[in-house]
Amino acid sequence: MKKIASILCLCLIVFSCHEDKDDNITNTSIVFNFSHNWDGEEVSSSNFNTIQYTNANGEQLSIEKLRYLISRITFTNLNGEAYVLEGYNLVDVTNNSGLTFSSSTEIPFDTYTVSFVFGFNNDDNYQNYTDLNSESWNVPEALGGGYHYMQLEGKFIDNASAEVGYAYHAIRAVDATEDELEFTDTFIEVDLGEFELVNNVVFNVEMNIAEWFKSPNTWDLNELNNALMPNHDAQVMMFQNGQNVFSLNSIEQ
Amino acid sequence: MHISVLISLLSCDNESVENYSNSPTLSPLQIPELFQENIINPVIPNDNPQTVEGVALGKKLFFDSVLSGNNTQACATCHMPENAFSDNLAFSLGAEGVSGIRNAMPLFNLAWNYNENFFWDGSVFSLEHQAFVPVTDSLEMKNSWENVVAKLQNDSEYPELFQQAFQTSIIDSALVVQAIAQFERTLISSNSKFDKYLLGETELTSEELEGFNVFMDEERGDCFHCHGSDKNPLWTDNDFHNNGLDETFIDLGLGAVSGDPADNGKFKTPSLRNLAFTAPYMHDGRFATIDEVINHYSEGLKNSSTIDPLMKKVAQGGVGLSETDKTNLKAFLLALTDYEFVTNADFLDL
Repeated sequence: MKKIASILCLCLIVFSCHEDKDDNITNTSIVFNFSHNWDGEEVSSSNFNTIQYTNANGEQLSIEKLRYLISRITFTNLNGEAYVLEGYNLVDVTNNSGLTFSSSTEIPFDTYTVSFVFGFNNDDNYQNYTDLNSESWNVPEALGGGYHYMQLEGKFIDNASAEVGYAYHAIRAVDATEDELEFTDTFIEVDLGEFELVNNVVFNVEMNIAEWFKSPNTWDLNELNNALMPNHDAQVMMFQNGQNVFSLNSIEQ
Repeated sequence: MHISVLISLLSCDNESVENYSNSPTLSPLQIPELFQENIINPVIPNDNPQTVEGVALGKKLFFDSVLSGNNTQACATCHMPENAFSDNLAFSLGAEGVSGIRNAMPLFNLAWNYNENFFWDGSVFSLEHQAFVPVTDSLEMKNSWENVVAKLQNDSEYPELFQQAFQTSIIDSALVVQAIAQFERTLISSNSKFDKYLLGETELTSEELEGFNVFMDEERGDCFHCHGSDKNPLWTDNDFHNNGLDETFIDLGLGAVSGDPADNGKFKTPSLRNLAFTAPYMHDGRFATIDEVINHYSEGLKNSSTIDPLMKKVAQGGVGLSETDKTNLKAFLLALTDYEFVTNADFLDL
């Protein structure tokens, strides 16, 4: 009897101390929270529908709708091995949905550079997503199809002091003036920097909405306020201004 | 040994056998190919699955004037199959001949209303709860649920039909609306000419194709942002918008429900399917024809504080479509007409 107990104990010790490749793989949760500000002032749906922000061009504006797509959240270790979280996330600030994205993708404990794509890269953009279709998130075939990257809408005070609507919609830039469409890639790869994964982790990502109107292109809403999807140059300007829109506010681990 | 005893016990349980044999027959929605391919699954509450008996009961109730206080009005009185389950009045008349305050909404593809907000103002959540409202509305059926239940309970047929559908002959209002909702979920419209075009079964005319281009062009119609596209067969975002009908609001719409002034003048986006059957248009039925609707968006927009940002060139009255664009757009819209839907025997009171 003693012998059996000893063998059992030994087995337990052996197995519990056995280090295999799975030991390093985290089953812990990886969460991304998305929050929003206007040059540091918190923005949520409760701040919508009131003209209270001033963009870099001096135009006063409101936000009525903000939705955008995040995809390919990627953890790349120092050896260049990349772990891409499954799925994508439609952040809908208007309806307070998609503000948190959780993943059960297993990733080994290691040191990583973390990044994501604003919008879809070209491979992802031309797949069929029933959930995004259900959200009427599509881009017309005449503009190449695929999906919106962002819909930012509201009102601004124009040069004639009138309240005018704007629809700052980001898509893959396309020149549709000729028979053959010519594209410029405008999805944005956002680098959140390096961190060491050792436990459950929460990334708090911020979007500074004011940046969409700021740099390097001072956005003139009087000139560019609507029908921006077919406007190739406007899309490229959005891409350029979007480079500094996102930042990592904090990591909780 | 023990297993055989257990089997014997179970097989001798008459009640279990009887319940099993009387269970309603599940009848999942037949999801059209384009819906299956392009959009997510319909909303079916776990506590109200589709059954053959439930749908049949719901259909009988839908067409039965027993629901109204004076036994003159059924759901189908204002939601007639030939009008894609709407009627041809700006405001429907109630059981006592009194005019309502909003246009009767057509009924189809309701199971794909993902946010489950129903009515023009989104005042009710879920299809089941929607069915509660007209029965007691003084401008509609003007009845009480106590009275409805008593009449149904004393009817020669209904208790047995409820028994078959819900395994109880004790009728209550919750079961009545569950049955009606089951029937309403079967009202699927998916066989328009444009659907068949997308399935490769027919061709569109040049006017219809160009009309679709107008619809999808952000610089012309820009209809797709609210009404969806060839990738969304619902032709509505099921959301709420102020589409520039009025400068001041007599009817606050969503704003009266939410209490948020920013929602004033917002109404549910109707589907563009079956417009040939659903005139007049808008929440108050102000437009008698599709031409009037197109003209509204082209040059008739009225500004207000809550007008949707997608309503472009409001100062000029709208996007100013050419006459050709208007004609083509109308041709496309009519290609969304589903003639099979309004003649489907499953939906008729035969």
